[in-house]
Amino acid sequence: MYFGLSEEQNQFQDYVKKFLSDNVTVDEIRKIANGDDQKLHEDIKSGLMNLGLSSLLIPENYGGLGGDLLSAVSIAQGLGTGVGPISFAGSYVMAPIALSLGGNDDQKDKYLPKIASNEIKFGVGLSEYVAAREDSGIELNKGKASGKALFVIDGDDADFFILSDKGGTMFIVDKNEKGLEIIQLTTVDKTRLYLELNLKNVKAEVLQETENNPFVIQKVIDAGRIILSADSLGASETMIEKAVSYAKERKQFNRVIGSFQAVKHMCAEMAADLEPCYAMLWQAAHSFDHDPDEARLQACQAKSHIAEVAKMVSKKATEVHGGMGFTDLLGLHYWFKRIGLNRQILGGPELVREEAAELQGFNQ
Amino acid sequence: MNLEYGPEYEDFRTEVIDFCKEYEGISFENTSSKNISRSEWQKILIEKGFIARAIPKEYGGFGGETDIIKSRIIATEFSKAKIPGGMGGQGIDMLVPTLLEWGTKEQKQEYIQPTLHGEMIWCQGYSEPNAGSDLASLQTKGELKDGNWVINGQKIWTSTAQYSQMMFCLVRTEPQAPKHSGISFILIPMDTPGIEIRPLVDMTLNAGFNEVFFTDVTVPEGNIVGKRGDGWSVANSVLGHERGSLADPNATMNRLNTLINMMKEETIDGRRLIDIPSYRDRLMQVQGKVMANQAHSLRLLSSKINPGQNVKLGGMIQKLVGTELRHEMEALAIDVLGEIGTLYEETPRLKENGSFQFHYMYFLGLIIGGGTNQIQKNIISERGLGMPKEPKVQEAS
Repeated sequence: MYFGLSEEQNQFQDYVKKFLSDNVTVDEIRKIANGDDQKLHEDIKSGLMNLGLSSLLIPENYGGLGGDLLSAVSIAQGLGTGVGPISFAGSYVMAPIALSLGGNDDQKDKYLPKIASNEIKFGVGLSEYVAAREDSGIELNKGKASGKALFVIDGDDADFFILSDKGGTMFIVDKNEKGLEIIQLTTVDKTRLYLELNLKNVKAEVLQETENNPFVIQKVIDAGRIILSADSLGASETMIEKAVSYAKERKQFNRVIGSFQAVKHMCAEMAADLEPCYAMLWQAAHSFDHDPDEARLQACQAKSHIAEVAKMVSKKATEVHGGMGFTDLLGLHYWFKRIGLNRQILGGPELVREEAAELQGFNQ
Repeated sequence: MNLEYGPEYEDFRTEVIDFCKEYEGISFENTSSKNISRSEWQKILIEKGFIARAIPKEYGGFGGETDIIKSRIIATEFSKAKIPGGMGGQGIDMLVPTLLEWGTKEQKQEYIQPTLHGEMIWCQGYSEPNAGSDLASLQTKGELKDGNWVINGQKIWTSTAQYSQMMFCLVRTEPQAPKHSGISFILIPMDTPGIEIRPLVDMTLNAGFNEVFFTDVTVPEGNIVGKRGDGWSVANSVLGHERGSLADPNATMNRLNTLINMMKEETIDGRRLIDIPSYRDRLMQVQGKVMANQAHSLRLLSSKINPGQNVKLGGMIQKLVGTELRHEMEALAIDVLGEIGTLYEETPRLKENGSFQFHYMYFLGLIIGGGTNQIQKNIISERGLGMPKEPKVQEAS
């Protein structure tokens, strides 16, 4: 019995962490967030992609590594620690899973190898299935899609989008297709790009196995929720590390502030609440891979619980930094904002808790 | 990640399940047809190696290897089959492991077997009115006179003192030494003249604790465990055993299920409590925390059988997180019951024997006891996160 990330998964995560800490300082994050340095952003993206992120979840017979969700979680945690300014949850986790489970053989042949080799990139928009806000929502009619998709994940530089109608039928849209309008949304977290898509009779390639079968979209959403939680967990880990090391250096009243119990106890509370989240996350990923009966409940509860803990950490860690925590100069806010964004994507805590209750038959 | 225990353990699980079937319905009640005494049951469990597994045969144990997976399988299957486990208490859970580590051969022979068999009950004499969180400032005095320890002073928060044959006690024997190195660990028979026990009623209205007063209590010199002045180290090895046991994750899961079932049965205006969205959301929040805790306990288990798996911080948080969670869970049960939730002791309309109010208060007691949760936060921040200690201040008046 072994409960945890494998040696290989830990190593993979360490590569990601090391790449980010060596190459992506707060100054670089700021340049990327402000859109001041396209080349820098491209270099960082390709540096991270060289670690093999795009092929991780592609099955081996389609040219990928055939990794499981737990491996993807180990990467996502690493990306979260350094607010990795690249696509992951949508392009390299949700899209490969959607295609592998929902595509027919032709569709798999057509797309999976090219995702693995990083020739094409997918964005994923399922917010309307989870909870349609404002005027969003898509209708599919005879291979044409019309409507609006909000908060499309990993939409930057995407060649294709995977979207769904309210019934959970998923389909692919080419970015160059007629009738598709792509609009950038600016969230608090400018290290990752989210999109709005307007579709007017756009040609849609339905993923065959998803027609009248919500099993696939639910799997894809579970995976997305788990990966977003891993990202927030990694970001929280860094915020605690930063708070602790700042508290050990900053002096007031002739003492380092980390010697005051008021400050120490905030740090202890953050650490104590975050620590069980690792196990919760890994168990949810393990169940996704091996225990389908438990997987959905665990994904919902992990998304909700980790979002709550991460929110608490993002607040307290900022407070430990005092006024500096509030500045752009220190850049702590990039982690704060990543946590704030992940919390809402694919269902905020109240929504996923309600789903968890439904799964157990608690609201009749 | 591999959550399988392997065929050897599945065979063991089958053995435990068969055992549970054999003793199905067993009870300590006289009225039951399957009546058995606690001490008889204790001996059966030791013989099977289901408890006292790693304690040598010569001291009354099973004489096997420690195997925490087997312990977990036993706990799980016993809980499922509603079969009573072995005895606990401060003697078995705390003193026995301490004697195994620090005791002389004679002490082990004299005390371990009767303790394991439930024939010798122990209480713990640590806290004093002026030595709570700052335990090492304790003042109960022990002087060596004519080959005996003569003990004077007072202990407090002593659970089970009134039923105990023995106390393991921290006593200041080296008044000149620095505070941590002036303490000795001494074993005191509770029928020694000069001991007075006064019950201390807590907020649950149970006399769960006592005050114990010592006036010229005289015990042989050989009743010391470890050397003179070693008491702090000896006691700390025991406290380590206590902290792990204060918030059992299996018990937490059972309690959550009790709460869920109650919320399905009780109603407001004919509507089930679980169908009321605000209550349901709080329930889901608590369930999330329980699931995180369950997973965390698996990770800790794994770290104990896989050398090199680092969960240093993970072990330190258990008391803090576990006790706060239980308290929160009981508070939720009371809130969803509303006015009904305030009923206590013997009264019409009482739910679950008043256990929600009882545990709500009891776990507040555990948040304070066993090293307050504020002390736990000091430990987590200092030993876990490497933050500096609060600087010593000159004595304030």
